[in-house]
Amino acid sequence: MAILVGRDTRLITVGFTGKQGTFHSLQSRDYGTNFVGGVTPGKGGTIHEGFPVFNTVQEAVVKTEANAAMIFVPPAFAADSILECIDMGMPLVIAITEGIPIVDMVRVKAALRGSKTRLIGPNCPGIITPGECKIGIMPGHIHMPGKVGVISRSGTLTYEAVYQLTQREIGQSTCVGIGGDPVNGSNFIDILELFERDPDTEAVIMIGEIGGSAETDAARWIQKNMTKPVVSFIAGASAPKGKRMGHAGAIISGGDDTAEGKFKVLEECGITITRSPAELGQTLEKVLKQRS
Amino acid sequence: MNVHEYQAKSLLKDFGITVLKGKTAKTVNEAVEAAKSLGGKIWVVKAQIHAGGRGKAGGVKLAKTLDEVKAHAESILHKTLVTHQTGPEGKEVLTLLIEEGCDIDHEYYAGLVLDRGTGRITFMASSEGGVEIEKVAAETPEKIIKVSVDPAVGYTAYIGRKLAYGIGIKDKELVKKASKFFEGLYNLYVEKDCSIAEINPMVTTKGGDLLALDAKLNFDDNALFRHPDVEELRDPTEESALELEAHEYGLSYISLDGNIGCLVNGAGLAMGTMDIIKLNGGEPANFLDVGGGATKETVQKAFGIILSDKKVKGILVNIFGGIMKCDIIAEGVIGAAKELGVKVPLVVRLEGTNVALGKKILNESGLKIIAADDLGDAAKKIVAAVKGEA
Repeated sequence: MAILVGRDTRLITVGFTGKQGTFHSLQSRDYGTNFVGGVTPGKGGTIHEGFPVFNTVQEAVVKTEANAAMIFVPPAFAADSILECIDMGMPLVIAITEGIPIVDMVRVKAALRGSKTRLIGPNCPGIITPGECKIGIMPGHIHMPGKVGVISRSGTLTYEAVYQLTQREIGQSTCVGIGGDPVNGSNFIDILELFERDPDTEAVIMIGEIGGSAETDAARWIQKNMTKPVVSFIAGASAPKGKRMGHAGAIISGGDDTAEGKFKVLEECGITITRSPAELGQTLEKVLKQRS
Repeated sequence: MNVHEYQAKSLLKDFGITVLKGKTAKTVNEAVEAAKSLGGKIWVVKAQIHAGGRGKAGGVKLAKTLDEVKAHAESILHKTLVTHQTGPEGKEVLTLLIEEGCDIDHEYYAGLVLDRGTGRITFMASSEGGVEIEKVAAETPEKIIKVSVDPAVGYTAYIGRKLAYGIGIKDKELVKKASKFFEGLYNLYVEKDCSIAEINPMVTTKGGDLLALDAKLNFDDNALFRHPDVEELRDPTEESALELEAHEYGLSYISLDGNIGCLVNGAGLAMGTMDIIKLNGGEPANFLDVGGGATKETVQKAFGIILSDKKVKGILVNIFGGIMKCDIIAEGVIGAAKELGVKVPLVVRLEGTNVALGKKILNESGLKIIAADDLGDAAKKIVAAVKGEA
C-alpha cells in the first residue's frame, strides 16, 4: 500500500479557489485522487468546479471527513493555514507554497511537536503513490506503479529520477518531495523510516542538495537501521560557497554541508552514490540486479 | 539580503543594544567633519562593504588626530578591498563609518542563527571574540555556548544568564547588561526576520559598558515583503546588476566563472545541470532557475540575461516540464533567439508536459539547435560544442 497516501486518502485543498489551487486540485482529481473539497475563507457555502468550498478547515473536515490537506496559500498566509490544519488534527498536510518566512516555519515546527499532524514541505512538489493518489504539482504521467521509493529536496530532480526509472520499467511505490526550505515538516529520516517499514518498497532513491546536515544525518541513520538499498545523489557540487542556489535551504555555509562532504559521509555509510543526476535510474537498476 | 554595518547598528540601537556613536561619510571632507562633530580624541575609520575580514584587508583604521582621520579616509575610500568574503575581484569602498573610540576590556562573540536540525533559533556565544567564529568552532568547540529558544516561550532571562556566565562574564551589572543585549538581539531577529545576526566582537569596556563593536545582519529574503523599512536599506552597488534584474522577473540567477550558460526549470535540476556539465569537463557560466510559473516573456528575459554575459560560449536549455509547459519554453527560446541573435551553440533538452509540441516548434523555427535526448546526452553535446568538437 506504499506510504502516506493511497486509495484511502480524502483530500482537501486550502487555497482551493486560486488559479494554482484550482488547477492542481483538478489535476489531482483527474489522476484518480479522492478529492473532496476546499477551503477559502469568505467563499464558504459556494461550489467551485463541482466541489464544496468551506470557510474553515474545521468545517471542511467535519463535512467531508478529509484526512489530508494540500496547502496552496500565498507565502504570507501559508504558515497560518498549516497551523489551522494542525489545530484540527489533520493527519497529513502537504505544503506546496514556496517562500514562507523562516520565522513562521520555526513556529510551525514548534506546533508540530506532539501534534497528530505530519507535514510534508513546504516548498515541495508533493507526494504521489503512482496509480492511486497524487497530491501536488508533479506531472502524473511520468510515474509508474512499482517498488522504488523516491525522496527528494528538489521537485524537478525528482521528476528526472522518476522518468529515468519509468523508462527502465522500474515503477515507484511512493515519491515524496520534502522541500527545499531550511525548516521543513519532515526530513529524510522520517520518510526513510516509513519506506523501511513498507512491504511494497524494495529500494529507495534519496536526492539531496547542498546546505544543512539532513543528508548526513540520514546516512548515519541508514547505516544503523535500514535493510533496503539506498541510491543517492547530492545536487550542488559545482555551487559556490555562500550563495543561495534558488532554494532557501541550498546554501553552503561552511563545514560538511558541501556536496562533496555529503557524498563522502554517504559512501562511508555504505550508500551507493552517483555523481551524475543522469545516472540515477541505471545506478538503481544495477543495485536491484546485484540484490536478486 | 545583507546590510552595511552602520545600518545594522542603527537597528540594534532601536532594539536597546548599545553601540558607539558614529557617522557615515562618502568623501574625505565628510569624514573629517564627522570626526569633529563626534568629538573625543580617538576615532575609528571603517570601510562599509558587505563582507567580513575588513580589518585584515586594511579597511579599519584607528586615528588619534583629525589629520590621521583625513589620511585614513583618503587611503580607504575608493580602495578595492579583497577579503576572504569578497572573492578575488574585491569590493570598492564607497562609504565610510567614522566612530568614536572606546577602551576595550574584553572581546566576546554573540550571534543568533537558525539551527536547521531542531528548527529553532539558537544563540551562539563565546569568550573568544574578534576572531573568526568558524575557527573557534573547529579548534576549541568547548568555548562556544549554544542556547536554543523555544518559539512558544520566547526569550526569558535565564537564557541571558546562561550565556553571560557561560562566556565568563561575572560582574553582576555586566551580566544584567548582557542579558538585555541578548534579549534585544533576539527581538530584532524575530521581529525583523533576520537569517543571521552576528556581533563580533561584543565588547566590555573598562568603563563598565557592554556594547556591539561590529555588527552583521542578514535578512530572510522570503520575509522582506513585510519589512519595507529593511528593503529600503538595500545597497544596489553591493549586488550584481544581472542578478537584480533577474530577480525583478522572478528568475533565480547567479553568475559563475565558466562559459556554458544554463537555462533550467527548478533549483535542484538547475544545480544538477551545472554539476553534470562539470562532470563532462565543462564549466557552467551561471545558475538560472526560470521557476514553475514562467511565461514566454520571462523565458525570453532569461535568455537575454544569459546572452548578455560575455563569457558565455554555449547555452544548454534543460527543461523538465511539470507545471512548466515545453511549448512555452520553446516559444521563449525562439523569441529571444530572433530578437537577440544567438551566435553560440545551443543545445536544447525538453521533457515533460507538451514535449512533442515544444520539439515541433523548435524544429520548425529554422534555428540552429542541437537537440538532446536526455540530460546526459545534453551535457556531452554542449561541452563538445563549446570545445569545438561538434
